[in-house]
Amino acid sequence: MKQFTYERAKDPAAAARAVAGRPGARFIAGGTNLLDLMKLEVETPTHLVDVQDLDFDRIEKTRDGGLRIGALVTNTDLASDERVRRDYGVLSRAILAGASGQLRNKASTAGNLLQRTRCPYFYDTNMACNKRKPGSGCAAIGGYSRQLGVIGVNANCIATFPGDMAVAMRVLDAVVETMDADGARRSIPIAEFHRLWGDRPEQDTVLKPGELVTAVTLPRPLGGKHFYEKVRDRASYAYALVSVAAVIQPDGTGRVAFGGVAPRPWRVEEADALLPQGAAAVTARAFQGATPTQDNAFKLPLATRALASVIAQSKV
Amino acid sequence: MPDDVATRISRRGVLGGTAATAVTGAVTGAVPAQAVPAPAAPTPVMPVRFKVNGERRELTLDPRTTLLDALREHLHLTGSKKGCDHGQCGACTVMVNGVRINSCLSLAVMHDGDEITTIEGLGTPDRLHPMQAAFVAHDGYQCGYCTPGQICSAVAVLDEIKRGVPSHVQADLTAKPRATADEMRERMSGNICRCGAYSNIADAMRDVAGADA
Repeated sequence: MKQFTYERAKDPAAAARAVAGRPGARFIAGGTNLLDLMKLEVETPTHLVDVQDLDFDRIEKTRDGGLRIGALVTNTDLASDERVRRDYGVLSRAILAGASGQLRNKASTAGNLLQRTRCPYFYDTNMACNKRKPGSGCAAIGGYSRQLGVIGVNANCIATFPGDMAVAMRVLDAVVETMDADGARRSIPIAEFHRLWGDRPEQDTVLKPGELVTAVTLPRPLGGKHFYEKVRDRASYAYALVSVAAVIQPDGTGRVAFGGVAPRPWRVEEADALLPQGAAAVTARAFQGATPTQDNAFKLPLATRALASVIAQSKV
Repeated sequence: MPDDVATRISRRGVLGGTAATAVTGAVTGAVPAQAVPAPAAPTPVMPVRFKVNGERRELTLDPRTTLLDALREHLHLTGSKKGCDHGQCGACTVMVNGVRINSCLSLAVMHDGDEITTIEGLGTPDRLHPMQAAFVAHDGYQCGYCTPGQICSAVAVLDEIKRGVPSHVQADLTAKPRATADEMRERMSGNICRCGAYSNIADAMRDVAGADA
């Protein structure tokens, strides 16, 4: 691990200033992803601003009947919250399908959103990777790409966003709240939070340097039945090959987002509208224009089957 | 008769000796004097205060020191093990403020003021924690390397079930979880056992859960 200095921030604006004013500075909350990457020297921050003491560890009701989740609420606490379990089951299910008990106890809500791809070429510093080292190329293209993206990817990068929680938040139309170094706040719809790689795959999200995530808000509950179907190589503690987050209403309408397939949780609203016509109709629309590799083309029929399973369960 | 010297050699001693030999080898290698890099800037250090197994401890550490390394290398509590050092195997599992975490994926300086419980704080050879006794009774290990992490995790899992923390295998998300075999297996998935003692570990846990109920 490269040398760095460390401070513990006492208020959010000061934390944002400490990171914005110093190239190479990074926020740290749970640290479960950042420290992993620092040990491999994929991440080499020169200064860490620990935000664990900030007052962002509560889940509160919002005025319009939704929930406001503090950025530091742990994955365990969020998945365990009675209101989340009752009204936003897809979110509890998605979180509990990810990582291990130990990691969920430490990982924060904001950190989960900001986790980096698990593309093996991003992790291996001997390999070309435009995300880790802009301009160096992409060794995943033509390499071992079984786990990687099938849509929203391009010739610069075929990495996926690896998380589960955010896929559920996409179905729920969550909003990410932030604060910058000047204390200015902004609200970013989750649909716009994670970037498609374009020509800057090193940039995972639309956050500016030093912009601190303070909370995630959920609109009022949608009702319906909630599902998170995750298909992976092991029954527990593995990243998704494909996941399906869905909220399905008694009349068969609903919303669906896919994980493990793209640089961001993948939801196409026009495809939602096709839910009453069945899984094949939905995925044909949602994955229109997909560019799978030979290794990961299986993800397309797998997504259809995972969704078909969800639709079948919704009718029980 | 075992050789006197051989019986005094611990695994730790052997590893330490090997490392020292390797370093000596590198130093005596033909490195031209002009290639020796300038001395690096002094490593910044920071004070850390926390409670470990009920005892107040104060350390001065390079901020890069993980909680696991602080416990093992600085406090010489070598029960917690370094397996993968990347949060994948669970051998480093300890409890911080009552919940289990991977101590390898946390910096010691992030734990200023925290209360940490390691395997050494759960029980002693004379007074085993019930989970330790159950692991012995059920052969919940073979080589034993992952065992301290397994036991810390197992103790925390039963507490999580008691507190109503839900899991992936729960059919009804709003129900109180129960200490079933399926629940144990899912909740213990962050602890890998290369020897494959899983079914005995699950049995040990069910014993302790049953005794608690």
